[in-house]
Amino acid sequence: MKLAGVAVVGTIMFAVGLVWSPSGNTAAQKLVLTGASTIAPLAGEIARRFESRHPGTRIDVQTGGSSRGINDVRNGTADIGMVSRDLKPEEKGLHAYAIALDGVGIIVHASNPVVMLHRRQLIDIYTGKIANWKEVGGVNSPITVVNKAEGRSTLELFLSYLNLKNSQIKPHVVIGDNAQGIKTVVGNRNAIGYVSIGAAAYEAEHGTPIKLLPLDGVAATVANVRSGTFPLSRPLNLVTRVFPEGLARKFIEFARSPEAHDLVEAQYFVPISIR
Amino acid sequence: MIWSKRNILFPSASVDTLILWLLRIASGIAAGMVLLILFFLLAESLPLLREVSAVRFVTDSSWQPSEGAYNLAPMLSGTLYAAGGALFLATPLGIASALFVAYYAPPPAAGVYRRLIELLAGIPSVVYGFWALTTLVPLINELHPPGASLLAGILVLTLMILPTVALTAHAALLAVPDEYLRGAAALGMSRWSIIRGVVLPAARMGVTAGVILAAGRAIGETMAVLMVTGNVVQHASTVYDPIRTLAANIALEMPYALGDHRAALFVSGLVLMLLVVALWSAAARIGRN
Repeated sequence: MKLAGVAVVGTIMFAVGLVWSPSGNTAAQKLVLTGASTIAPLAGEIARRFESRHPGTRIDVQTGGSSRGINDVRNGTADIGMVSRDLKPEEKGLHAYAIALDGVGIIVHASNPVVMLHRRQLIDIYTGKIANWKEVGGVNSPITVVNKAEGRSTLELFLSYLNLKNSQIKPHVVIGDNAQGIKTVVGNRNAIGYVSIGAAAYEAEHGTPIKLLPLDGVAATVANVRSGTFPLSRPLNLVTRVFPEGLARKFIEFARSPEAHDLVEAQYFVPISIR
Repeated sequence: MIWSKRNILFPSASVDTLILWLLRIASGIAAGMVLLILFFLLAESLPLLREVSAVRFVTDSSWQPSEGAYNLAPMLSGTLYAAGGALFLATPLGIASALFVAYYAPPPAAGVYRRLIELLAGIPSVVYGFWALTTLVPLINELHPPGASLLAGILVLTLMILPTVALTAHAALLAVPDEYLRGAAALGMSRWSIIRGVVLPAARMGVTAGVILAAGRAIGETMAVLMVTGNVVQHASTVYDPIRTLAANIALEMPYALGDHRAALFVSGLVLMLLVVALWSAAARIGRN
């Protein structure tokens, strides 16, 4: 009886698949983008403007992280992958086009008196050697270390900057996306975390009580990311498997063109061709 | 069982057969779904299970899938602590509130109270999580940093399963035959003695079923727990320690996981499924006794 049930379900799924699959990719004028949650909101804005300039096209933007972007482009699920870091050596076969730059900023609660941290201090805080804010010039209270979950590109960038492995970090809170990180720091005066500068600067400007700390004496600002002086920064790439043609090529060119720069800046990222 | 055979009540045998087959297919699909899920979890975690012996999921030094360490034991303990703590708080509270509604509250108040509990059951879990992240966690942080902790998880889960326990217990109390109550009252028993000596024993099965239903929800709840428990992979030694549950582990890492890491998350899912199966079979045993 149970086996019969499996067979029945299998048959139904197969039938549904037969009916559905053709309608999924008939439209030639459709692009699917998947990948980094940092790029997705920007890509969504660019896609909306692109669609209005090119009637009859449809751009579908989905998140899931840089790794998913790479993976989906490789197996053809997506036309363009969104990858918020440099390509790794084993990914060099893919074509990457930077559309903007982003910095990863260290954030603390706005009431925290600490004004800056050095790389060495940051390493000690994240590995648990420094456990109290008074050791780095703050108040006498224990530090709450906020780390990102495994697989996030922010985490990879942060680890490679500090030259640490994730197993060496002693976190008190592990978070998923930028928004959760910012909310965690807002709710805890003694927390330290790291999120995309774009997201943090936007929140700080809209009255959220967080503070971006300078790193090695360089202020965590959009201007310093643009000039390349801010040490924790990364490119936001659109990635394709083969040399882009047709609609994909049009979209990538549009995203890199001055027509999209105001959208890039609205998300607190730095347009690439201004450098 | 006169109607189980073809007879005058069913003039056409073909209708009977048709319905029989429709029911067979429907129940087959329901049973098949569970098997399919189990099969799918096994198939997805098999690539890793082939390379890594099952013992390593409890003996590895830590959970660092990118560095090849896959210890799930801290997350198993985290799941059990959080769900157990929530049941510990929600069961007495839920039963007490059901007793209140059924036997103590004046009817208008009972109606309003019951509506409120039903409303509580309908609030999406993300809302609980968001409230806890912005209100409860900072409060606990004042008490004992970092705030995001097992305690926060237990409190949120308690809120979420309390309506389940309360509503099913209330339904079970209503199902106790009126004659029992009248009989007990005629013997001159006090209200509390009736509840303790007659109502609760009679409603025991229904109440237990509600608690088990609540336990299932507590073990599987993901978003609210993910937002407040801190998600650090460790065995908690106090309620102020952050923990990570199996469900939160999957939600937190799945969007970004590839290869062995992804397979390891499917193993998490498999363990979670086995945990629920174990719970149900334990419940079935209690039910038989």
